[in-house]
Amino acid sequence: MRYLFGRLMQVGLVMIVVSFVSFSMFNFVGDPLSSLLPEDATAADADRMRDALGLNDSVMTQYGRFMANAVQGNFGISYRLKQPVTELIASRLPATLELVAVSAVIAIVVGVTAGVFCGIRPKSWASKTILSSSLAGVSLPTFVMGIALIYIFAVTLKWLPSSGRGGTVDLGVWKTSLLTVDGWRSILLPAITLSLFQTTMILRLVRAEMLEVMRADYIKFARARGLTDRAINFGHALRNTLVPVTTVIGMNIGGLIAFSVITETVFQWPGTGLMFIQAVGFVDIPVMAAYLLFVAGLFVLISLTVDLLYFLIDPRIRLS
Amino acid sequence: MKKCVMSLLAVMAVAGTAASAETLRWSSSGDALTFDPHSEVDASTRAINGIMYERLISRDVALNLIGGLATSWEPVEGENAWLLKLREGVKFHEGQDFTAEDVVFSINRTQAPTSAYIKLMSSIETVEVINDYEVKLVTKDPNPILPAQLTSIMIMDSDWSEENGVVEPQNFQTKEETYAVRHANGTGPFKLVSRAPDEQTIMARNEDWWGWGDHPGNIDTLEFRPIANAATRVASLLSGELDFVLDPPLQDIKRIDGAEGLEIQTVPEVRTIFFGMKQSPEPLKSSNVKDKNPFADVRVRLAVNHALDLKAIQRVVMDGNSFPTGMLTSPNVLGSTPELDAPYGFDPEKSKELMAEAGYADGFSVQLDCPNDRYLNDEKICQAAVSMLARIGIDVTLEATPKNIHFTKVNDKDTDFFLIGWGVPTLDSQYPMEYLLDVGGRANAAEYNNPEVNAKIAQISKEMDPETRLNLIHDVWEIARADAPYAPVHHQVISWAMVSDLDLPIAADNTPRFEFAVKNAN
Amino acid sequence: MIDTEKTSRLSRFLDNDMVWSFTHSPMAMAAGIATLLFFCAALFAPIIAPFNPFDPAQVMLWDGKLPPAWADGGLPQYILGTDDQGRDLLSTMLYGGRLSILVGLAAVLLGMVLGTTLGVISGFAGGLTDVIIMRIADVQLTIPGILTAIMINGFGRAFLPIEYHNQFAIYFVIIAIGLSDWPQFARVTRGATMVERNKEYVQAARVIGLPNWLIILRHVLPNVMRSVIVLSTLSFAIAIISEATLSFLGQGIPSTTPSLGTLIRVGNEYLFSGLWWIAFFPSLTLVLLVFSVNLLGDKLRDILDPKLR
Repeated sequence: MRYLFGRLMQVGLVMIVVSFVSFSMFNFVGDPLSSLLPEDATAADADRMRDALGLNDSVMTQYGRFMANAVQGNFGISYRLKQPVTELIASRLPATLELVAVSAVIAIVVGVTAGVFCGIRPKSWASKTILSSSLAGVSLPTFVMGIALIYIFAVTLKWLPSSGRGGTVDLGVWKTSLLTVDGWRSILLPAITLSLFQTTMILRLVRAEMLEVMRADYIKFARARGLTDRAINFGHALRNTLVPVTTVIGMNIGGLIAFSVITETVFQWPGTGLMFIQAVGFVDIPVMAAYLLFVAGLFVLISLTVDLLYFLIDPRIRLS
Repeated sequence: MKKCVMSLLAVMAVAGTAASAETLRWSSSGDALTFDPHSEVDASTRAINGIMYERLISRDVALNLIGGLATSWEPVEGENAWLLKLREGVKFHEGQDFTAEDVVFSINRTQAPTSAYIKLMSSIETVEVINDYEVKLVTKDPNPILPAQLTSIMIMDSDWSEENGVVEPQNFQTKEETYAVRHANGTGPFKLVSRAPDEQTIMARNEDWWGWGDHPGNIDTLEFRPIANAATRVASLLSGELDFVLDPPLQDIKRIDGAEGLEIQTVPEVRTIFFGMKQSPEPLKSSNVKDKNPFADVRVRLAVNHALDLKAIQRVVMDGNSFPTGMLTSPNVLGSTPELDAPYGFDPEKSKELMAEAGYADGFSVQLDCPNDRYLNDEKICQAAVSMLARIGIDVTLEATPKNIHFTKVNDKDTDFFLIGWGVPTLDSQYPMEYLLDVGGRANAAEYNNPEVNAKIAQISKEMDPETRLNLIHDVWEIARADAPYAPVHHQVISWAMVSDLDLPIAADNTPRFEFAVKNAN
Repeated sequence: MIDTEKTSRLSRFLDNDMVWSFTHSPMAMAAGIATLLFFCAALFAPIIAPFNPFDPAQVMLWDGKLPPAWADGGLPQYILGTDDQGRDLLSTMLYGGRLSILVGLAAVLLGMVLGTTLGVISGFAGGLTDVIIMRIADVQLTIPGILTAIMINGFGRAFLPIEYHNQFAIYFVIIAIGLSDWPQFARVTRGATMVERNKEYVQAARVIGLPNWLIILRHVLPNVMRSVIVLSTLSFAIAIISEATLSFLGQGIPSTTPSLGTLIRVGNEYLFSGLWWIAFFPSLTLVLLVFSVNLLGDKLRDILDPKLR
């Protein structure tokens, strides 16, 4: 329990630090007035706006106001798109989450399958090929992979679209592209690109765990008892690798969200990552600040969940 | 469970075939920043709003003035005023009638402090309602080009604006999004269906539009998807996801034209790209010459002009798609002549001599500010200029920034050396002159100030006799050519890429007129 | 528990039996030689390169967009062709690779010095200092490095007026990447330091009154150095990818003095118009460079620090 309490304190601290950072961006970065005022504004206009925006108040007052607004989900209006930032993020979020989810599924299915295979048959040439190409996979930057896929599958072969989400279906609060053929065709290339790095990671991890488990005594006993290979491989070995693999996968969802910034840019996928990169280019500070807070919150939430899972799965932690 | 799967499949099937023949999917690099037709002058915003909103007077494909919401216009004898007859029976998308009230309201709205058209409409004193379908626009002084100026002004419904609290253009002091940012209620051939900024905007045919009788368009749905990345935009067109791309990158034009089922349309644009040099007497802030301003010397400005190899820029940077020039405005604009349009001529030796005469044989350094997302290959033009100027000893540091930052610098006149482009919606030289050559002109970041030019521009704006006026215009351009406050590069060429079974007339104002769009004619 | 879990994750990822086969295969040697070649090319770029692409006066616009020498329309002096500005692609890649390697090295150095210092302090001092430093590291580790780098870089850019961005871009990138990978170093050195601290010879040195800094310098640092070297090599590969990614996103090195990532970004614009070489050769170079460094890292770990396995 003390451990949990400590984690919660830590989470609170992170959010306070991040919120201060994003607040200072809001207030001390550049001059918000220059982006807000019309081109032919006078000095008097500038003064009036400074007053209206509360830029003449003390820093602490301003921070308090910022936090009060942030807690209510109000991050102001995007300098570029002139819309409430919160709404922007909300409208872009489904695209990112769907991309991340599909990538995660690809990474897990491909990674675990290949990892198990390499773990069971470490000596076969197929395992060696898979392993060598996995190091190449780590060395292949996401954007190079994306460009190559677009060049091959979209432009040369014309099998799959190169950008956007394809057809979307509006389910009220959630606009999904997973209910149309077009949507699935569109998500394939970006999802594969995004999953590459995580796939190699899961593959190597599962393989290492499998190798380790296969050497364990209970597997030897199982073999001695004359159980089939199938029962041993999947009933015992794979099952025992699942705990560490699950936690690592949990942690890696964060990695997928981070790399979605790059993937979304390459494929012009209309998610939060693309929005963030465009905001950085335009120095659209409200969007940058909100994204910073949002992502920090998301990561903290993920790592907290993973910790809790670990706590529940592995009784030894509760004792220590 | 089975039933659920079946219905899911049904949804997929329906959505999968939703792209019927009458849907036109198109893209360009930028989205409209807002649907408020009076709060931004940005080109993408204007082009997209222009599909839903209409003007009193508009232009046909050849850029001649034609009736829009007004059917006729003429100056009132003996008064500084124009009389406009309005089209009858026009309705806004939400059903309100279009009347003289809406014209009064819209023009007043463009004169509000938050309007982006405040300068353009500053000549109008009052708008008088004669009856429901006649208005009189009273100007402060004679204004010969008011009809041309009106082609920029879109008309909103007064009742709708009042109901939704958007009587004035969006104002940032309220820190809130106004209703007009994401909603539109115009009279145009298409009406708004859905809007996701930077993602997708869908419009549907307005069956009640007054003009369908003499416009062949057969498009039911317009799907607009902005794609900022040029390579992705082209890839989407090549892979069949789009029917029309407004701004295909120049380097891909040959390939698109060669691709089966795709074609390119080209027309010279009314937009000229040029470098500006700050020539006020005080030293440049980015230069190593601290006691004076090298650009204040006309010989240095001419040296810059002769150092630019415009043909190389045309061939390599623009892939042949430009017209090198020696003037700030295009041949379509009243006042341009072939002599004025001729480039200064590439002559690095002459440039070096001029530099030496001016006392800069060893050159000097300066920073060049350049946009990187506004004009065709803008940053690459600047890069090319950097290496050309390096050869005559000018050491240029390039600062390429997004357009909003670049234009803040230009508008604040906070730049020593810059690239901009200028289009002329009025097709009359007075417009570029007032902005670029007149002292205090809003885009005159070069701080060019020649009293003779200033006086002549003032005369031009009031001269009602066409011949006298044209002579004055020629005089001003000739003086400007000798003074060389700017270094012109070229006129842009507009290229549109589209699928072969789409018929869409290209126009030099780079505005797609979807009311003419015909898809799958046979 | 979190600590051990993460280090073991790292070590598993940077796995293993594969490395064995590498040390006993010519591949490993090849990786070392290839990495060395890349470094030499970077070091001697001004001598090897036929042109100086960063000197605007040498750039001939008329020679822009030429294909490699062997292709139709190529010129013999431009072996790999030219880019859109008329710069010799081979020279630009040599200079660009030099920039990429330089940024990678500087960033890793920054992360290493910062991380090692904090790690040693944390491990040696223990108590509250340890808790604070390691909590910060923990927090930062929850967010993937590349995102931290994009954030720090974007943040730095937002603070500085935009007209200085190009001038300072390279420092932003170095600092952003360096700051994004220090926790790795801090973790490893802290663990090693704690082990060393409790060893008898260190206790003895304390008893005879050697000052702390001397103990750290003489006894602790040499023992953590192996892990640090291995980690640096692997971080170096990641730093090069991060730099390329930032530049590709248009947030890194400007196109007037392009790095490999910038060149790929520019080349990407021309990929569909048939000018494949502008993106292809830099991409190939980047992948080969990262691949060799990764291989080398694997091998180094095998030799220097088998414990990490």
